[in-house]
Amino acid sequence: MSKDAILGAIRRGLRRGPLPADQAAMLEGRLATHPRHLIPARSRIPRPDQIALFIRNVEKEFGTVARVDGPEAVPGAVADWLAGQNLPPRFVMAPHPDLLALPWSDRPMLTFEARRGEGSDTVSVQHGWAAVAETGTLLFPSDPTRPTTLNLLPESEIVVLRASRIVGAYEEAWDLLRAERQDAETGGFMPRNLMFVTGPSRSADIEQTLELGAHGPRRLHVVLVEDDPAAR
Amino acid sequence: MHITSPAFKKNAHRALNDAGLQKALKHARPMFTGNRARAVANLPEFEQLRDIGRDIKNHTLANLDWYLETYAANVERAGGHVHWCSTADEARAKVLEICRSVGARTVTKGKSMISEELGINEHLAKHGITPVETDLGEYILQIRDEGPSHIIAPAFHLNLEDWEKTFRAVHTDLPADRVFGDRRDILAEARTRLREKFLAADVGITGANFLIAETGSSVIVTNEGNGDLTQTLPRIHIALASIEKVVPTLEDATSLLRLLARSATGQDFSVYTTFSTGARRAADLDGPEQYHVVLIDNGRSNMMGTDFQEMLRCIRCAACMNHCPVYGATGGHAYGWVYPGPMGSVLTPTLIGVEKAGHLPNASTFCGKCESVCPVKIPLPKMMRHWREREFERHLSPASVRGGLKVWSWFAKRPAAYRLATRAMIAALGLLGRKKGAFRSLPMAGGWTEGRDLPVPEGGTFMARYAATQRGKRP
Ligand code: SF4
Repeated sequence: MSKDAILGAIRRGLRRGPLPADQAAMLEGRLATHPRHLIPARSRIPRPDQIALFIRNVEKEFGTVARVDGPEAVPGAVADWLAGQNLPPRFVMAPHPDLLALPWSDRPMLTFEARRGEGSDTVSVQHGWAAVAETGTLLFPSDPTRPTTLNLLPESEIVVLRASRIVGAYEEAWDLLRAERQDAETGGFMPRNLMFVTGPSRSADIEQTLELGAHGPRRLHVVLVEDDPAAR
Repeated sequence: MHITSPAFKKNAHRALNDAGLQKALKHARPMFTGNRARAVANLPEFEQLRDIGRDIKNHTLANLDWYLETYAANVERAGGHVHWCSTADEARAKVLEICRSVGARTVTKGKSMISEELGINEHLAKHGITPVETDLGEYILQIRDEGPSHIIAPAFHLNLEDWEKTFRAVHTDLPADRVFGDRRDILAEARTRLREKFLAADVGITGANFLIAETGSSVIVTNEGNGDLTQTLPRIHIALASIEKVVPTLEDATSLLRLLARSATGQDFSVYTTFSTGARRAADLDGPEQYHVVLIDNGRSNMMGTDFQEMLRCIRCAACMNHCPVYGATGGHAYGWVYPGPMGSVLTPTLIGVEKAGHLPNASTFCGKCESVCPVKIPLPKMMRHWREREFERHLSPASVRGGLKVWSWFAKRPAAYRLATRAMIAALGLLGRKKGAFRSLPMAGGWTEGRDLPVPEGGTFMARYAATQRGKRP
């Protein structure tokens, strides 16, 4: 069998047989404790600075950010942004309870469907699970309330993110994931798909020159909901 | 992919005289090196991270068998399937079998160097399945029936005119008089065209930048989002990954990801970094119904315990080729196979044999730039030297080279004879060229004098002058 052949060749190269039990136990321990390596100093800063760093990094990567005072202001921010981009007031939205609970009826012009993304969608409103200030990166674990297709198919993606969900470094996001998520089917904490998104889609394949909007969204807009007293 | 590595010298010669290629090289290289330098300057910890990256990979390789088994067990636990394949043949057959299990007619593909190495496209096409490359660069290469010339910017050898001409030639259903004002129009046309393909595909094939033993996840990194569409929309996702892609934990992958984009494109982080773990869950609204990993050896396990084991640390960032003066002069196609530049000069002989790829490790100035930028500190020059030694030991280098080296080594080991011979040579050359001041050509050194003149030696040998100054210094 190829598996045995591959493992056998590796062991021959390492000049040993299967790993002895005590060494295997050490490796098990390393997986269980998953030690962190060096974390760059840039994100280890006071809370308000972390939020500012996140915003700066999103903008550096050609995304945009609008800060709002609370959830009730989200529909207005979405409507304003769509109007500013000359986009129709229609979108497809992640069926996430936090998003469904927003006071959309305050803006009767806005219409939406809560579902996965389809090839013809122009705008999506997605639920931001968490974000990393270090590089302005948004995290989207897939589940029934946060379909992956909403990050990919529409030309514009609006992400509603609570400021309290911004962490400094990727490692802190891993800790959140391990603490908060349990997949009933697999028993693990990893969802089927976990996207780290840093800015809108782009390509530099033509003469190494950056163009936005390759296959994914051309525009990425974050509506940042201030809910973190420590961050003000 | 058709191998032309044995013809490296001819290929390189052609590349040096290819005006379009030279224009593209001149344009792209400063961007690659400049972007990386900026990104590195913005992260003061970068050098420390290189040591960490090297150590993570070394630790993994020292326990590679255990990490692979653990990884595979965790993939299965998450509802995925792992197929271990020793050879390219086996991997191709497995991919075909999976595609056939759902009667696949079209297959979309994310950019994957291992797919090029295995020749997946040719194999699928031969069996009536249409593969569609979706990375913009790979898409145009597939149309033009060319191989990639760079591992992260596969079509960088093409200029805007080439794109325009190619798109007009194949997208014949679009108005012939449509205007391509700039790059954006090209991008828009490709986006529309490929969107149809994404939605119609039965199977999506991607590569993997990392495999995570802790969670059984595969990771892809892209800027376009094509890899994500490829793996999200069809019924089946196949990830092709070679065995050295495994790392222990998410934290380990994170440290390597901090190095990857900075070294590759000079971005702090790529736009899409995606972790896939198993197939669609029962209540999910999207995602593939089946998730397969084809785990490929294809010669790598034989590198373990050899002079070339350290090459398995490579994270395919392309920094070594972006900074290489030889690659900068010839581009990637001259190397004649999938992997060009310094990493290719080391890897290609191990994968296709030193008889075919022996020229590649010779195509080096040993300037050491590649090693100095490699994010996982692979001693590329040292390994190229190992290949040269093996080529020599196995009598694969041409008779003139072997003869010349033998003569030189005889003299080098006998200092008295060496000094005598060089003194005689200098005297003779000095006498012969006294009038002209330089030689335009020399017998048996035509290759060398073709591009430069040899100044006529004046005075004594280095050793004689050195001895004279030493004497002068003495009190
Ligand atoms: S050898 Fe080093 S620099 Fe070259 S591609 Fe691999 S990791 Fe990057």
